[in-house]
Amino acid sequence: MSTAGVRTGKHFMHGDHACAEGAIAAGCTFFGGYPITPSTEIAEYLARRLPNTGGVFIQMEDELSSIAAVLGASAAGSRAMTATSGPGFSLMMENLGLAIMLEIPCVLVNVMRAAPSTGLPTLPGQADVMQAKWGSHGDYQIVAYAPSSPQEMFDLTVRAFNVADRYRTPVVILADEVVGHMVEKVVIPSAKQIDYWERKEPSQSPGEGFKPFAIEDDDLVPPMVHAGEGYRIHFTGLTHDERGYPDMRAETHHELVTRLSEKVTRNAEDIIVIEDEWLEDAKIVVVSFGCTARSAKRAVRKLRQAGMPVGFLRLISLWPFPERRIKEIAQDVDAFIVAEMNLGQISREIERFVNQKVVGVNHAGGQMMSPNEIMKTIMEVAGRGNGHHRIR
Amino acid sequence: METAIIVSDKHPLDIILREERIPHIFCPGCGLGIIMRCYAQAILDSQIPIAQHVVVSGIGCSGRVAGYMEIDSYHTTHGRAIPFALGIKLAKPELNVVVFSGDGDLAAIGGNHLIHAARRNVDLTVICANNFNYGMTGGQAGPTTPYGARATTAPFGNPEHPFNFPLLLAAAGANFVSRWTALHAHQVQKDLLYAFRKPGFSFIEVLSPCPIGYGKSNQIEDGVEEMMLYKERCKINKDVPLDEVEIDMSSNQPIYVGRFVDRQLLPYQPVRIEE
Repeated sequence: MSTAGVRTGKHFMHGDHACAEGAIAAGCTFFGGYPITPSTEIAEYLARRLPNTGGVFIQMEDELSSIAAVLGASAAGSRAMTATSGPGFSLMMENLGLAIMLEIPCVLVNVMRAAPSTGLPTLPGQADVMQAKWGSHGDYQIVAYAPSSPQEMFDLTVRAFNVADRYRTPVVILADEVVGHMVEKVVIPSAKQIDYWERKEPSQSPGEGFKPFAIEDDDLVPPMVHAGEGYRIHFTGLTHDERGYPDMRAETHHELVTRLSEKVTRNAEDIIVIEDEWLEDAKIVVVSFGCTARSAKRAVRKLRQAGMPVGFLRLISLWPFPERRIKEIAQDVDAFIVAEMNLGQISREIERFVNQKVVGVNHAGGQMMSPNEIMKTIMEVAGRGNGHHRIR
Repeated sequence: METAIIVSDKHPLDIILREERIPHIFCPGCGLGIIMRCYAQAILDSQIPIAQHVVVSGIGCSGRVAGYMEIDSYHTTHGRAIPFALGIKLAKPELNVVVFSGDGDLAAIGGNHLIHAARRNVDLTVICANNFNYGMTGGQAGPTTPYGARATTAPFGNPEHPFNFPLLLAAAGANFVSRWTALHAHQVQKDLLYAFRKPGFSFIEVLSPCPIGYGKSNQIEDGVEEMMLYKERCKINKDVPLDEVEIDMSSNQPIYVGRFVDRQLLPYQPVRIEE
């Protein structure tokens, strides 16, 4: 891997820049992207950094081609990334499906802004959660992480590359405008302290009958070979057999699509990252992610200090959904409150797995949710007063 | 009585083709087999190791070619073969990356990528099999369907003007642009070999008979008849002004073929800074 230019040290850093530094630290050698607020700073930063670290930066003509170029570069062996926001993410849905079908690792950063359509380009949103999961046609599982700070923009970008390579799958970073544009302390470890998960290599040499989509291990991940390695492989977006050849039979299709999905769900424990606090005796659990989790955590802490049995759960990974963990937590609580800057996407997902009341604190986006709004809902759910409790 | 002796059941090109995937899906009279053969022969003749040849295709009949070539091959999404190929080429510049696709894939849904790749003059070779229609979906009009020609979605004649590839690619900035037909197998093969070595963006348009898709709506009985039409009407002239090389299949105007553009504009190179 290329560890050239890992900027080890403590920095006061912009979230988008931290994401870009995370990519460099992870050994990313290809970025293809198209300018879009509020992710543009990632492209601008990498346009300066990649030429210094032996990587390639290219500004493409649109997001359709950005992700296509990223997939090509990854198919040739590079760690490759693109960054965008909602409108561009919509265009990338086409080749997100190709990445799933061809099992090409890549990292897609979506710094979410308020939507639909052009929405509020410079202001935050968290409403692309379901798009990340379901936006491309057909059944598939996605991996998505939601950073809450510039530090996590760095850490989760590194992790995204590792998970993408380990499981041969696209990984989405669902950041938001607040986290993308926030400036905070970011600690970058030394190059040797940064995890690096390799792509699985084939046991056969070229000419020994290697089948690029044959499964040898329980993790359902086939070894990866790249253009130019002599294997003379075929990749197609058509339904294909173990050799990678088109196969139009329904049973082949069912087997392939099921494996692609199970590849993620079977390895979910290795992919999922959660932060929880004050859950031991909690009767109400507040769930949040991204920038909204910062407000949610503050609200929960304040009420804890006031003696209320309220707990906090932050979904650092959004997909695959931490179904098992949610069910565990649900055993001892009376209600879930989900704070998110959308009209109820994660709350609906939680409703699928628990019998308790699930109450949303929702806003369509445009400004960060205040801790007071979340506290008000907690108080109402707890049946304590009219909710006019204020943080001092 | 003389007896025929079968010397070999192998064809010299077998090592470039995935034999287990043959027969191909192309219709009788289709030109794609000839163009694919030209490409395979050019690979053999190129003296570039087979492991360094990569083909990327989009969607449509021509998109299937990637699946028959026994080299690293990527059958991608509709219109996106060029940016996918660009990613491969920039990640591994030592590879000889070819995009094999059709007129609809390259000029309609992928039209923006085509002109931008030519503008960047990125070092790719594009083979464009132009059959004047969408063959895979059954003969609809496309961006190269001649004005007035019929198609299933232009039953009263195409009311739109087609793209003139040589003019478009020259204006966009490609280093090499030629046009031939499936009848000109020798020239196609020669231009492919030349384009492999030529730095920058090379575009080879090959007119390709499509009796089932285009022919049925335009009174061209079969592949041979379309080949005869090429034979009668094609004129090799590399000096004809490019705004005059638009194709009109219905009239008796000549179809100009040849090497229209061969120049040395600076090819795309990613920026490298030594610290």
